[in-house]
Amino acid sequence: MERVLLNFPFVAAALLVGISLYIIIFKRNLIKLIMGISMMASGVNLFLVALGYRAEGNAPIYTEVPAGRMVLPVPQALTLTSIVINVAVLALMLTMVIQIYRHTGSLDAEKSRRMKG
Amino acid sequence: MATLITHSPILIIAIPLVAAFLTPLIGMAGSKARNTLVVVSLTFVAFLVFALARDVVANGIRVYTLGSASPSLTIPPGSMVPVRIILEVDAMSIFFGIIWAIVSLAAAMFSLSHIADETGQNRFYTLLLLMVTGGFGMMFTGDLFNLFVFLEIASISGGALIAFRTRSADTQEGGFKYIVVSAIAGLMILFATGLLYAQYNSLNMATLAHVIQFTASDKIALALLLVAFTMKTGMVPLHLWFPDAYSVAPASITGMLVITSHACMYAAFRVCFTLYGGVIDGLVVGWIIVITGLLTMFVGVTMAVFQKDVMRFMSYHAISQLGYMWVGVGVGLAVLGTPELGTYGRDAMTGGIFHILNHAMYKPLLFFTGGALFHCTGTRDLAKMGGLAHKMKWTAILYIIGTLSISGLPPLNGFSSKILIYESVYRFHPILTMTGIIVSILTLASFTKAFHSAFMGAELPEYEKVREVPRSMIIGMVILAAGIVFITLFPAQVVGWILRPAANALIDQGAYINAVMGAIP
Repeated sequence: MERVLLNFPFVAAALLVGISLYIIIFKRNLIKLIMGISMMASGVNLFLVALGYRAEGNAPIYTEVPAGRMVLPVPQALTLTSIVINVAVLALMLTMVIQIYRHTGSLDAEKSRRMKG
Repeated sequence: MATLITHSPILIIAIPLVAAFLTPLIGMAGSKARNTLVVVSLTFVAFLVFALARDVVANGIRVYTLGSASPSLTIPPGSMVPVRIILEVDAMSIFFGIIWAIVSLAAAMFSLSHIADETGQNRFYTLLLLMVTGGFGMMFTGDLFNLFVFLEIASISGGALIAFRTRSADTQEGGFKYIVVSAIAGLMILFATGLLYAQYNSLNMATLAHVIQFTASDKIALALLLVAFTMKTGMVPLHLWFPDAYSVAPASITGMLVITSHACMYAAFRVCFTLYGGVIDGLVVGWIIVITGLLTMFVGVTMAVFQKDVMRFMSYHAISQLGYMWVGVGVGLAVLGTPELGTYGRDAMTGGIFHILNHAMYKPLLFFTGGALFHCTGTRDLAKMGGLAHKMKWTAILYIIGTLSISGLPPLNGFSSKILIYESVYRFHPILTMTGIIVSILTLASFTKAFHSAFMGAELPEYEKVREVPRSMIIGMVILAAGIVFITLFPAQVVGWILRPAANALIDQGAYINAVMGAIP
């Protein structure tokens, strides 16, 4: 039972990444595409945090830490960095979608794809 | 000087970063002060890169440990593994660093007058310098997670720069495609980093390379990393975003994007040769890379023949040229660890790397001439141009230099690298050389056609008032043309000085590991 519980975050991460892949490939609305990318980022972040978790571990803060094992700090640092980067990417994508909407009046990926090559 | 070289790996990354955030401040004092800041900082960085290159070629790999008492102290006392962030500069990294330094300087010079009429120039230069930071970071880092961070820095600033001209819809679309591709590629790299960290508890590439086992999840990580980097490089079949993004960016940025694409290629090579060097199934992965390269060469050039938009036409050629490099280095990977490496594998890799250098000189040059045409005529449509050689003599001459070089006409530098690739990959499989020559002929044909429609013929009445482009744009182009002429005159010296060491650095995985882990038997 405990094993199932410990692996649960990985299943959730895989589900998030899978759903977001479906959205990115098949949805035509640009806002939905952005939501898909954001979901994928959440899935990867969840995967990273779950990697670092140790059963019944303490928070990795070195002052007055109780005895026992600690949760790995590195994946948490990675996740923080990754969240910050994803916020920047998300903001940039949204500004571009606003601009695309201003110019074309549509959020449909097929319609705004005017240049064929 | 010695201290400067010791600290130069971090300085090369930090100076553009600091300059990026100083740009808006200095920009308040006027555009002249800001332009001086940009050019001076990039020139200083280029100087540092060349000094570091001399040192690396003479004395071998240089490591820089951030936050430790001494930069060379990679493993802290009392620990078995490196825990700090390490920058590791070997001949391959510094080779890409040289390219990036030259092209970013030329692009900055070109921008000075190319975007002089636009608003938001302070932000433009801030983003440009951030992109320079990201590129150098990708090339110099020895840490898988830092690679991801710097890749994202380069992609975010690159995406914003592509969409810099907000007045038309196509720039927004190109920028959006670029940033979506970058975001997905970045997440794949992060996922692969997580997979590797889960098994080996390390993010340092040298440490990982030392302990890697090539288990099933390592293979998944390798596949993810390779797909992500090929996607960011713009290889067929993941190239669809590439012309859209490249053709709409300001020309100086397009020139720099070519090199960020090369930086992703560098990362792919680093993963294949260094991270997985000891355990990789070279023949399988090498053939995959070679076949992707062949497809890229062929599809890129056949698509380019039909293009009417000058920048789009050049973007497809950029895709096609990427194929040569992958074929050259892919053959090296396929024969890694076998006796054939000595007979032709090493030459194939040197040829591939040589072609990266040449491509980094002539492709930005061609993009710059395309940008100069756009700057003067206000259109990118080749059918609407004509007779421009009368008015724009410098641009026409520089375009001819670039064309002869990209088509591999002797004695230009494009020929030296292509002949090196042709001769060596012929012994691996003759079909590679045949495709290469056909693609080269098609390239020459389509560039001649484009030259004819843009520059030749009678002067058109609508371009009566066209003048030669401003001086700083010509300086930017001449920097790159001078690079082409230099390589044309001294191919053997260039190969001997930096290209052979770079190829050897890729092959010699042990040296890369030892530089961080110490001499481990």
